[in-house]
Amino acid sequence: MRTVIGIDLGSTTTKAVIRDEDGRTVGRGITNSRSNYDVACAVARTEAMNQARMRLLADAIGEDDELAGRAEPLARSLDRAFRHEQHNAQLDELRKQCEVAADSGRAAERTDLGSVLDTIFDQLKVDAERMFAPLAESRSDFFRDMAGSGYQAKAEQIADPETLPFDLLLGLYDQAILKVENAPGDLSLEALGAASLKRMLSKRGDSDRVREPLSAALRRAMAQDIEVMCEVGTGYGRVRLPFPKEQIRSEILCHGLGAHMMFPGTRTVLDIGGQDTKAIQVDDQGIVTSFQMNDRCAAGCGRYLGYIADEMNLGLHELGPLAMEGTKEVRINSTCTVFAGAELRDRLSLGEKREDILLGLHRAIVLRAMSLVARSGGIDNQFTWTGGVARNPAAVQALKMLVRENYGDEIEINIDPSSIYTGALGAAEFATRLAGEA
Amino acid sequence: MKDRSMELQKELISGHYDRLSRANDEGKPVVYTFVPGNLTELMLSFDALPVLPEINALQSGMRKKSGGFITAAEKAGHSEDVCSYVKCDLGMMEQGNIGPTGKALPKPDLLLLSYTGCFTFMKWFELLREKYDCPVAMLHVPYQSRGEITDDMREYVVKQLREEVIPKLEQVSGKKYDEDRLKELLGRSAQAEDDLVWVLESAKHKPSPIDGYFGGVYYIGPLFTAFRGTPEAVEYYRTLRSEVEQRIADGLGPITPEGELKDERYRIVVEGTPNWTHFREFWKMFADERAVAVASTYTKVGGLYDTGFRHDPTRPLESLAEYCLGCYTNLSLPARISLIEKYVNEYEAGGFLINSVKSCNSFSAGQLLILREIEKRTGVPGAFIESDLVDPRYFSPANIKNRLESYFQMIEQRRSGRPKSIANAGLEASP
Amino acid sequence: MSDPASALIDRCEAIVNDLDHTSVADWKRQSDGTERKAVGFLPVYVPREVIHAAGFLPVGVVGGGDALEIIRGDAYFQSYICHLPRSIIEMGLGGKLDALDGMIFPSTCDVIRNLSGMWQLLFPDKWAWYLDVPQNLSPRLGGRFYAHDLQLMAKELEGLGGLEVTPERLRGSIEVYDVHRGITEDVFALRREAPEKVPTWELYMLIRAGLILPVEDHSELMVEYLESASKRTAKRRDNPRVIVAGAFCEQPPMGLIRTLERAGCYIVEDDFSLGQRWLREPLRITDEDEPFGALAKAFLEHSAQGATRFHPDGEPKGEELVRQVRECEAEGVILASPSFCDPSLLDRPMITAALDREGIPWTGFKYAENTGQFQGIREQAGTFSDSIRLWSEAS
Repeated sequence: MRTVIGIDLGSTTTKAVIRDEDGRTVGRGITNSRSNYDVACAVARTEAMNQARMRLLADAIGEDDELAGRAEPLARSLDRAFRHEQHNAQLDELRKQCEVAADSGRAAERTDLGSVLDTIFDQLKVDAERMFAPLAESRSDFFRDMAGSGYQAKAEQIADPETLPFDLLLGLYDQAILKVENAPGDLSLEALGAASLKRMLSKRGDSDRVREPLSAALRRAMAQDIEVMCEVGTGYGRVRLPFPKEQIRSEILCHGLGAHMMFPGTRTVLDIGGQDTKAIQVDDQGIVTSFQMNDRCAAGCGRYLGYIADEMNLGLHELGPLAMEGTKEVRINSTCTVFAGAELRDRLSLGEKREDILLGLHRAIVLRAMSLVARSGGIDNQFTWTGGVARNPAAVQALKMLVRENYGDEIEINIDPSSIYTGALGAAEFATRLAGEA
Repeated sequence: MKDRSMELQKELISGHYDRLSRANDEGKPVVYTFVPGNLTELMLSFDALPVLPEINALQSGMRKKSGGFITAAEKAGHSEDVCSYVKCDLGMMEQGNIGPTGKALPKPDLLLLSYTGCFTFMKWFELLREKYDCPVAMLHVPYQSRGEITDDMREYVVKQLREEVIPKLEQVSGKKYDEDRLKELLGRSAQAEDDLVWVLESAKHKPSPIDGYFGGVYYIGPLFTAFRGTPEAVEYYRTLRSEVEQRIADGLGPITPEGELKDERYRIVVEGTPNWTHFREFWKMFADERAVAVASTYTKVGGLYDTGFRHDPTRPLESLAEYCLGCYTNLSLPARISLIEKYVNEYEAGGFLINSVKSCNSFSAGQLLILREIEKRTGVPGAFIESDLVDPRYFSPANIKNRLESYFQMIEQRRSGRPKSIANAGLEASP
Repeated sequence: MSDPASALIDRCEAIVNDLDHTSVADWKRQSDGTERKAVGFLPVYVPREVIHAAGFLPVGVVGGGDALEIIRGDAYFQSYICHLPRSIIEMGLGGKLDALDGMIFPSTCDVIRNLSGMWQLLFPDKWAWYLDVPQNLSPRLGGRFYAHDLQLMAKELEGLGGLEVTPERLRGSIEVYDVHRGITEDVFALRREAPEKVPTWELYMLIRAGLILPVEDHSELMVEYLESASKRTAKRRDNPRVIVAGAFCEQPPMGLIRTLERAGCYIVEDDFSLGQRWLREPLRITDEDEPFGALAKAFLEHSAQGATRFHPDGEPKGEELVRQVRECEAEGVILASPSFCDPSLLDRPMITAALDREGIPWTGFKYAENTGQFQGIREQAGTFSDSIRLWSEAS
């Protein structure tokens, strides 16, 4: 398979998209950017590569006469087993690093931590069985989130204020997860394919019949060459990529083009990212005609919601749904990140309800973004919204309302649940073009 | 190898700071004033030595001293919201008023407040007056709100020169006003101004032999500060012009901190004051992209000469008045837009960039409308970046570089036209 | 028991909070079907007498306060520029200033100056005038220039369909405003004498309504208020008396003023909406006086010492405020500046130096017209008033 790769090194998440020669997206990967762009890049890329390889595997299964007709469910099941293996591999690494942490500093004085960790991790493994069971809904793509919430819950159960402080256990995790994230080990299908197959088969009644043909399909898929013709990088951290200059594109161009590819009628693009917000105008070919980025002041970026989430002790993904429960929109005038906490406490102390405040906050942050859109020349049909905040239902509601209020009912609003990959998709298209020129 | 003109400029400046360091001891009158609407010839005709606090502040910025000075001023009660030139100057004063050459600057005998185009100048000298306890000569220069200089405005300024400024200069210098001497100086100014305009307009050549923003800052130096009307300034501009003539003959591009800029790729008009704390770094971001600023508005703050104005020895005070009234920051917003539009067209620019500085509302308020109007009128894409004059906290290199790169890539993409076809493929990727 | 003064204030509040300026539109419509004209003006000071003499309604435009959501206004201004111009642009583009046939931009600061040009571009069909008030304060120089500038403005108003601003007519308008100035000072005097009877948030609303109402109506309103408020029997508390200074242009939200009062301060003097009290003395014009010259003379000789006017050589800045403190028997000063307001903020170190020289306690903060949280200010003002009380008990 001949492919191109687009990589978007964002300030919060790093994304990779692989496309084949026909322009089909065959793989995607995402990870949090951490402090280390190089690792983030490798992780996202590997993940996308795994998906591409999975696709080959699915094709290989389909080619087998014996498995024909059942190819799709089999491939899905194998994919699930593979993700389970990846999870377990990381859990093992996390456990190892927790043990290392338990042997150093203040924790080293205790002798009971080894068995405590055993208990926690054994339970996490059991949890994993459930998480990767058929029909289980995955809540987050990130190991950090999945393992983190599980570990915290177990630690809370085991901890005892007198004898085993919760903070101590959490400290071990905090040290360990950083190490795991910075050296995640080999999580490729190449490394874990055989084990994945074994795991899958162990759960099936028909394992004897499908073992051989599936193993053969896996071998065939692995033997195929995935050739990368060209890679293009974008995003805030793009300068870190070891690419020649022509293989680096600004996130503005990539977002404009990516949005155009997802929704060809796009004329105005709004991207609310973690650190910055961009308003982009594109023509009918996805070429950027003008753009504006938020000024020095980060008010109105995704980061603001992050502060609010921290302040409320909530996960970022919980803010939107909670806000949707609000019944009365509290008027928030300042979206200054510096004062986010103070603003919130002030409102709470005035007796406002949490969900109502959140409803107002979402409107305020979208309001700022709408100013940027106005600055870039307003909204032309169609309007495409991308970036992580576009997954937040309260923000979506606020945005739709403001677009209607300011630009009328006729504007078509596009929001793709996968829009977080917009920049990487645009980069991949640039890579396709470069590969075509070569 | 340094150009002869650069050496001449260096000599001019160091000579001036030498004279300044001796001024208080030698009893020479020292007059503080501002760049826009500076009355250098008039001051020199009284043998007064001009000190320009803005220049001191920008020098402090370039020498990476401004951050400390600003912090000192903020500790003394100044808000982080206000102009960093003012804070830098006050902070420098607190710490001994050591000028760029390492010698202390003299105290002022007079604060000549020609507040063309900036209300903050007024506050600045009110603040300095409290520290130095010296008189202020207030020259109120009316704003060209309708885009023209009326007879009333000119007469008002001339009258103030006669009845307010000249008497105060006579008082601090102990000399009588000598109009013949003033005329002599003004004659030399006009000569130098001709050459400056020629140099700035040389950027209409392709490739441009000069950079009209970053390089332009050096070219305007002598004429915008303490040297207008001196034989040395005439000599400087004559030399500069012949050097630029030679560059054109040799087909050379502008000089940048990285050496000669070859194969100019983007021709940009720039609006707004430069950032001084990261001046070279900022310039390099342009040079790296092979972008040349062919024209700028900042090089017009100390006089708008390329639309025809010259100091005129036959109408000494009238022409000084017109000079003050005509400085760039005294133009109405519509007039500024027309000027920029003219630059984009006449210099055949492919881009227009605004460097919006936090400190300077006179420049910055309304710049987003300027951006929109210029895009609308010329079809040339605009870019908007933000920084500050001398507050290093407000220059984010990664941020600015990101924006500039995005901008140049956008121009490039628009220029290279449309691709033949794009595969309209969505994102779905499932095994 | 109903309090007529409170009812008056409710009326004022309704007028001030009506950002669509319907009261102005109503005023413009005559019973015979013809229309009168209204002209807006920005802070700080514009001589409304000239607009009045042209038969127009002068309307002060000070922004949308905390009730206006800003989208388009933000599209035109960077985050480091004060809030006022963005809300004025928002109102303009949102049709909330449609009742105004023109706009006057006095030379207050660089932001308002540039806004005058923006207005010309954004609203090409509306009359816009930049009023260059003199910074050279010599009568022969700045005085003459300003009188001439006002004459030009009067001619422009005439061109806009106004009455010819004859000396008689202008003298008449000056007299109307002299009356207004007198009553205004009476109300402020009552607050000074009995701050428990005239809460500042009420006075603020009363004065803000004066930016919109016809001057004659507003004078009457103030007389009514004065009569009613002076009969109040509220008990005076042991609150420290303070002056609020620095808030002369962009106006604080009502909540902020209430917060200061609730924190235990009697505000006995302020410079909110300073333009309406810019001329500190009545002009007392006679038939012999040339009225444009009289307005110029009053500006040169009797202006408030606002930060937007050049402070001439002589006594240091802040001395006038010190005098005010003495005259009002104030015990402290609260310096309230709009964020990013160069004139107010650059003045502050000079003012605090003067207060420090006299040992007058002060505290300071920044606000925006749409500041939504007052907790910090409440604490600060509370601490300040407590410390003044303790200090005065100790001495």
